[in-house]
Amino acid sequence: MIIGKQKPFEEIWDMIKNFKKVLVFGCNTCVAICHAGGGKEAEILASMLRMRASLEGVEIEVKHAAIERHCEPEFFEPVMDNVRTSDMVLSLACGVGVNFLSERIGNIPVYPGINTEFYGAVPKAGIFTELCAGCGDCILHLTGGICPIARCAKSLMNGPCGGTNNGKCEISQDVDCAWYLILERMKKLGILEKMFEIQPLRDWSTGMYGGPRRIILDHIEEVEAQEERKGS
Amino acid sequence: MKSGSNLEKVLEGGYFAVTAEVGPPKGTSAKVIQRKGELLKTYCDAMNVTDNQTAIVRMSSLSGCVILKEMGIDPVMQMVVRDRNRIAIQSDILGAVALGIRNVLCLSGDHQRFGNHPTTKGVYDIDSIQLVQTLKNMRDEKKFICGEEISGEVPLYIGAVETPFADPIEYRVKRLAKKVNAGADFIQTQAIFDVAKFIKWMEMVRDEGLDKQVHILAGVIPIKSVGMARYMKDNVSGISVPDEIVTRMEEAKVAKEEGVKIALEIIEQLEDIDGIHGIHIMAVAWEDIVPVIVERAGLLPRPIL
Repeated sequence: MIIGKQKPFEEIWDMIKNFKKVLVFGCNTCVAICHAGGGKEAEILASMLRMRASLEGVEIEVKHAAIERHCEPEFFEPVMDNVRTSDMVLSLACGVGVNFLSERIGNIPVYPGINTEFYGAVPKAGIFTELCAGCGDCILHLTGGICPIARCAKSLMNGPCGGTNNGKCEISQDVDCAWYLILERMKKLGILEKMFEIQPLRDWSTGMYGGPRRIILDHIEEVEAQEERKGS
Repeated sequence: MKSGSNLEKVLEGGYFAVTAEVGPPKGTSAKVIQRKGELLKTYCDAMNVTDNQTAIVRMSSLSGCVILKEMGIDPVMQMVVRDRNRIAIQSDILGAVALGIRNVLCLSGDHQRFGNHPTTKGVYDIDSIQLVQTLKNMRDEKKFICGEEISGEVPLYIGAVETPFADPIEYRVKRLAKKVNAGADFIQTQAIFDVAKFIKWMEMVRDEGLDKQVHILAGVIPIKSVGMARYMKDNVSGISVPDEIVTRMEEAKVAKEEGVKIALEIIEQLEDIDGIHGIHIMAVAWEDIVPVIVERAGLLPRPIL
């Protein structure tokens, strides 16, 4: 899922302090699980902002709301009229949600209340780790299911580099060396020999380096179009 | 001859090679390079110019190499994949060849987080093994990565590095084999202090037959002080400094002299290892000591080929 982290309170305050009607708008999917931007976090943040406003002696009406997902239009429909009564929206959704709402809301600014961090998992409550880079060309079958693109600090295809230190990465003793993990895993799977082949240069154009990406499923699009024709 | 460089002639001629490292300045003065070049000129066969080592901005390796080349020195251009994508890499190689540079050492480079611009974006478009492969393809097939033809010759002597004691150690020799298969002509290793461990590692190298396919130059770092010995022992990954060396440095009356003695003892043992074809001296901020070490190690005169 997408992992986010709430922005520092001062940064958020600077974003909202000159508005009169603020909606703190949470998303109850990924960012709720990482305790950054769900309905509960929206409620807490709204109340902190109200307190700050009263301490500063400024009048700001801060409301809060949340919907299940900020990345599909139908979830917005029931709340959009309400959303439009604000003069700014502090979105606690990931960056996808901020973009998506900005394009739909008209002249009301949508500001980010969280930093969208990475695609990750929750190995333990309160711990989130990056495991995928969304590169658009998955090679996990070649690396024992451990991703060197996301998890090697240098995204090496033929690691490990000389910086491995007791299974840790040269950048920090808190970061596992992905290639150390890959080799250990491949040994267990009995396919270590695979690692002796030179992995070729990557095609990075499948990832964000090839420009913004879009996927069109023709068969789905066609069905939708048919439904629409039937309806009309 | 693949490149006709002095280093290639020395190694292919079966001589025990000596290379030395030259760190470029954090500034614009060619004199810094010229002074080091002049100092080391007759004491080594080629000089490596580092490429923004430890991710700290310095004069580019390419320009440092050109300055040395103008002095009649055979430079080894170090190239890291941290700062350049495949377009810049290939472009720099064309320029380097045009300017007479023949030896290129391929490295991944220290992560940008260590340097003086830790907020920068690392490139890492290709890795060091793929860089070796790219250079071989440029030289032998006269082709760019994309498959298009290069006009003109690309005479290169291709180097790669090896950190024998980085873990997992049992995989290191296999990874060296990957570099050799990718097309490395010579290897310069991380500094060796634990010679006994290195001897065992070289046995594995010979078992794989790699010593017959590539020239291995063992890295030597002269230790200037006990602090430096401790620092390397504790902080530099892939360097294994035995306690005995730290103790000797602690007990020495004149630390620098003890450091030289240790380096000379290490060189003497390295010379005896089957498959070691030279040494690479990295006297970081102590270049002045290189002539002393080379002379006292009995490695003079350097061959004129």
